[in-house]
Amino acid sequence: MYEFYSLILYFSLFISLFFEVFLLITYLEVKSEIDEEKRFAGPITFHPTTIIVPCYNEEKTIKATVNSILNLDYPHDKLSIILVDDGSTDRTLLELNKFKNYYNVRILAKENGGKHTAVNLALEHVETELVGCLDADSFVSPQALLAIVRHFGNPEVMAVTPSIKVHEPKNILQYIQSTEYKWSIFLRRMLGSLGALYVTPGPFSIFRTRVFRELGNYRYAHMTEDMEMAMRMQKHRYKIVNSHSAHVYTVTPDTLRGLVKQRARWSYGFLNNAFDYKEIFFNRKYGHFGMFIMPIATLSLFTSLIMVSRILFSFGSTTLKYFDRYQVAGLNWKLSSPSFDWYFINTGVLPLVVITALSLTLVILYLSVKLSDGKFRLSQGLFYYLFLYTFMAPLWLVKALFDTAFRRKVSWR
Amino acid sequence: MIDSRKYLVAFLITAIIFGTAIVASSFLNDKKVEDVRSIENRVAIDILSSETQFALLAETSCRDIGPGFLSKELGPLGEKLSYAENHTSFSEEDVDSLKRSYFLLEIKDYLLMKRLTEKCGIRPTFILYFYSIPDRCEDCEKMGYALTALRDKYPDLRVYSFDYHYDLGAIDTLVSIYKVKPTLPAIIVNGEPYYGLQTVEGLEENIPALKLLQAATSTNSR
Repeated sequence: MYEFYSLILYFSLFISLFFEVFLLITYLEVKSEIDEEKRFAGPITFHPTTIIVPCYNEEKTIKATVNSILNLDYPHDKLSIILVDDGSTDRTLLELNKFKNYYNVRILAKENGGKHTAVNLALEHVETELVGCLDADSFVSPQALLAIVRHFGNPEVMAVTPSIKVHEPKNILQYIQSTEYKWSIFLRRMLGSLGALYVTPGPFSIFRTRVFRELGNYRYAHMTEDMEMAMRMQKHRYKIVNSHSAHVYTVTPDTLRGLVKQRARWSYGFLNNAFDYKEIFFNRKYGHFGMFIMPIATLSLFTSLIMVSRILFSFGSTTLKYFDRYQVAGLNWKLSSPSFDWYFINTGVLPLVVITALSLTLVILYLSVKLSDGKFRLSQGLFYYLFLYTFMAPLWLVKALFDTAFRRKVSWR
Repeated sequence: MIDSRKYLVAFLITAIIFGTAIVASSFLNDKKVEDVRSIENRVAIDILSSETQFALLAETSCRDIGPGFLSKELGPLGEKLSYAENHTSFSEEDVDSLKRSYFLLEIKDYLLMKRLTEKCGIRPTFILYFYSIPDRCEDCEKMGYALTALRDKYPDLRVYSFDYHYDLGAIDTLVSIYKVKPTLPAIIVNGEPYYGLQTVEGLEENIPALKLLQAATSTNSR
């Protein structure tokens, strides 16, 4: 049994290490492309664009969200906004109506039916070449649309995803998420280059409107419609790219309960959508997306659980040992136990590989912060992320696997 | 179109990292085994030197025996062996051979200690500790912690630990001399057996020899 567990552990480590190496090779390949995007100063075609904002009980943030769209550095005659109230029970509609006098703002109201129904209703009114969505708890930076629209100069590009950052982190949980989002910015930029993005996030992904005309509107998809749309596009070989310089800020959960619920929904959504699109797996037709990214993203849900459980087990057994010592010896033992001799450093294969993997993780984190913020700076979020994230991830991984295995419905909030 | 070369390069780099870790781990573990062997050699020489000195005692007095008469490295050697026993990265064969030498050295040191106490009238300050692997003795690990703490507290105390179920004639002889029952953990202090898990406080309380050692230590420290 122990040998079997060790085998799985080594396999998981190999897969993780392989993925990190693969990401770093990809980074070296696309580094010049990234630098070029930063320096880009060529002519831009201002494609007419509609931004849809679906809202459900977002009275606190909606005003700032809409204002951030109105402040976009983009010709206003090329920008339309559709605000959809999805049957809010608070003052959201009243807040929306404050924008009714703007000539490029349209307000729709409907009975509650879920985010995708609100976006679909708005899509029926879209007449522009490009369309995007902005969640009502997110805010765009003024340059975001410009950075995104540049990519549509390539006629093959059908959708562009932004880089999402945490809006004004206040507590430890949000600082952890802030670093995690920076990691995601790096990951998505690499996946974009590989043609393997599996989510077009709610905050400010911009599509060619024809995508919806040709592939259909959003549909119910395990509470993760943004993932389903990206997978559907990938299935039809529609190109999705990422613009790391298009910054969008989103409000993140500030309680552990809220975070676990959100992440469990994402993991659950990924697993179930991946199952719905299982024909993509190991299909050469879908390139890196089908042959590598989808299989490894699915596998990583399990391997990370195995690795995290190992870390927790080691942490637990060490704590237990210290407790045992305390029980029998009180405080009559040396803290430096057994001693600071190099002999007592664990030099097994596992620790050496883990140290290497951890070093690569630090390199990727460094590159992520640099890509996200322009330069590397040590922050408290980094430390919280490195030391606490491992203990949090199992909470939603286990919940997502449990919900999937027992077909339990997940809720949005 | 998939660039298979990239996968191949990533795979090779990952395999090289794993391969390097395996080679480095094996090299470092060999170094550790060498380290333990060299301590064993030093302990053997220490014992030989002590025995020689002891043999010369017939012609000299107990006053000539200095504080470094008995090997000081037996304790650290035990710690290292115990670490090796609990880590799977060491080969079983290596650990087994090191343990065998260690137990024999312990017995030799113990005999020397006994002769010394008899001849020079020194108060005996040693414990024979019989343990077994966790599957056969749940409390032995905890007992080990207590004895280590005790030895840290009383540097003059010598703890000789033996794997009760280890296949070594000398250990069997010790077991039969002291009639040690297989109720582990078991300790022998001044020929008196004590069974079951005991805390440091309990040991100090229940074992008269330790009480004296405690009193001697506090007197010395004043």
